[in-house]
Amino acid sequence: MALLETIDVVKRFGGLTAVNKVAISIEKGKIVSIIGPNGAGKTTFFNSMTGIYHPEEGKILFNDRPLHGLRPDQIAARGISRTFQNIRLFANMTVIENILVGMHIHLKQSPLQTLLHLPTFKNEERDSEKRAEELMLYVGLKGIGNELAKNLPYGGQRRLEIARALAADPLMLLLDEPAAGMNPQETEDVTRLFRHIRDDKGITILLIEHDMRVVMNISEMIYVMDHGEKIAEGTPAQIRSDSRVIEAYLGRGAVAGQHEEKIK
Amino acid sequence: MVTSFSQNILKRLDQGICPYILVLFHMTMGSLLVYLYPRSNLAFLVLITSFFSLYYFNTHRLFKLATGVILTLLIFPVVGVRNIFYLEVIFQISVFSALALGLNIVVGFAGLLDLGYVAFYAVGAYLWAFFGSQQYYILHYAPGTQPSGLPFLLPGDAFYLFIFVAILIAALTGILLGTPVLRLRGDYLAIVTLGFGEVIRVLANNLDKPLNFTNGPQGITPIQRPTMPHFAVDSFNALFSNIVGHRVSAADMYNVMFYFFALIVIVVIVFVTRRLDDSKIGRAWTAIREDETAAIAMGVPLVKMKLAAFAVGASFAGAMGVLLAGSRTFISPESFSFMQSIGVLSMVILGGSGSIPGVILGAATVTILNLQVLQGLSLYLSQLRQSDAVIPIIHFAWANLSTQLDPAKYQRMLFGLILVLMMIFRPAGLIPSKRRKRELSSEANVIEE
Repeated sequence: MALLETIDVVKRFGGLTAVNKVAISIEKGKIVSIIGPNGAGKTTFFNSMTGIYHPEEGKILFNDRPLHGLRPDQIAARGISRTFQNIRLFANMTVIENILVGMHIHLKQSPLQTLLHLPTFKNEERDSEKRAEELMLYVGLKGIGNELAKNLPYGGQRRLEIARALAADPLMLLLDEPAAGMNPQETEDVTRLFRHIRDDKGITILLIEHDMRVVMNISEMIYVMDHGEKIAEGTPAQIRSDSRVIEAYLGRGAVAGQHEEKIK
Repeated sequence: MVTSFSQNILKRLDQGICPYILVLFHMTMGSLLVYLYPRSNLAFLVLITSFFSLYYFNTHRLFKLATGVILTLLIFPVVGVRNIFYLEVIFQISVFSALALGLNIVVGFAGLLDLGYVAFYAVGAYLWAFFGSQQYYILHYAPGTQPSGLPFLLPGDAFYLFIFVAILIAALTGILLGTPVLRLRGDYLAIVTLGFGEVIRVLANNLDKPLNFTNGPQGITPIQRPTMPHFAVDSFNALFSNIVGHRVSAADMYNVMFYFFALIVIVVIVFVTRRLDDSKIGRAWTAIREDETAAIAMGVPLVKMKLAAFAVGASFAGAMGVLLAGSRTFISPESFSFMQSIGVLSMVILGGSGSIPGVILGAATVTILNLQVLQGLSLYLSQLRQSDAVIPIIHFAWANLSTQLDPAKYQRMLFGLILVLMMIFRPAGLIPSKRRKRELSSEANVIEE
């Protein structure tokens, strides 16, 4: 059964069609990647799924329910959690607070309980703090719960963003270039982490990634986008030998080369 | 070198019994000075600052609490009654502290720049001004033409009820204003709230026709006060008339009472702010301030949370408005100009946006600068002007100095300077806000390792 299904999603910015009739279908519990050259519309597609943009045409079904017209926070409450291409942590909040914000949708404390510090409030805070610490350990952050997020090293910030997304207890995790800017060792570590997340928690993962080692290593299904369109889909092996994909990646360079020669 | 040296000394002084002695010394010195020189601004400053040395130095919580209570509930009112001008300063500091703390929720926590905050203050003030005066009976008279001897609509004691009514109404106004406005971000929000602040003031100015709700620019007066229990005046006199030096009238006692009311509001605000800050709501506010896009992607409902911030901030201003109407017994649109909003904002920024002690310090500093320093300078200048003194070297007679150079007229420049200088040199404020450190088990592990 497909957990997430998009049917011919179109997103335009004025005259530019950034996402053109993209249809994907993601099975529950799978790790799926979207790849494609820069400007292919991958992040726009992500943003359309998470409610930051509203697609002009097409349908997005999550758990068989349409996401059309929902706000990002409502979509998050449905069980889609995400990270951002250019890390977007709450820089001046502590690590633990960042994770606690991720739990927002699950916290039931009412204003009255908060003001009076009723036992329900205190218990919930204690439990969520404990869970936040577990998540920190899970993603490999230890003993820095009181550090401000902005003071973390780059890799730590990436991990914290993943922990924050996990805190929402999502059904599906959207990761936008999670390995960008990481060294090979770090890349290997987070790749392992993604597999753990899927295996331990059963969370479906959809990732945009440029690093082919990551993509080919963990993806069970790959979609390839170019110029806003889906040009291929399949297993890593199929994608590797797909002529259109090779053309999209290598052919573009060749075309550009010819173009430059013409100008000369 | 000099800074590290002075820091070293401060650190030394902040250990063991030293801070206790320092704080008590500061406090008694202040009280003594004010007692000996009841007209000296400087003496008063020494006393007021002792409150902040109490905050700054590292003493036991109970000591802080007890000393703070003695200062605010005993020394300040007694000193204030001795020189009624001091009481006015203290009262204004507490009013503006409360306002600044309310604005701090909107600007400091949620990061929504509200330039029309004083509008909510006006809502509270006019609410009690209307129901606590004869205004209801002169709805059909143009301002100034009403017959004399009209009754009051409600008894003065309804004042207490109206503090709560104003909290509700101001919160509702906040939500009403916020609903269309909070989709805007940053500068746009600032401009629209600025407009809203002006709308409320203009409304107050013009709602004297067709029905006379606000009495227009003349303002509403008299506004009732709650009845003062007689034993309060008597017992105060019995206890303190020796120190004060004269018998305290009921009118002076009213000022003390309103000062206490303002203190209660401050305590409530600080309590509510701290509890909220440390919960799902407060974290959501800070998250919105830090990054709206990320916050909403994490499931924080932006509009709802922003509305909550607006409503909570507004409700405090509403309560303070009722206090203002009651304490002044007179309200006019002038009290709610744009400059007031800017003044409160500069207090928040000076003190430290998001920091409770900072905001109170900011409110105290700006109020003292306004009421004491600038006016003190003005007084000094006008004395010089009346004397035959001449500025040496350039041979300029003080008497020829233009009245345009009167420091009291430079309040706006002061606000501007504060905002600009703070942005350049200390954007986080005098006492920057700190995130709470939690006791985490994983932290403990690290220390053990």
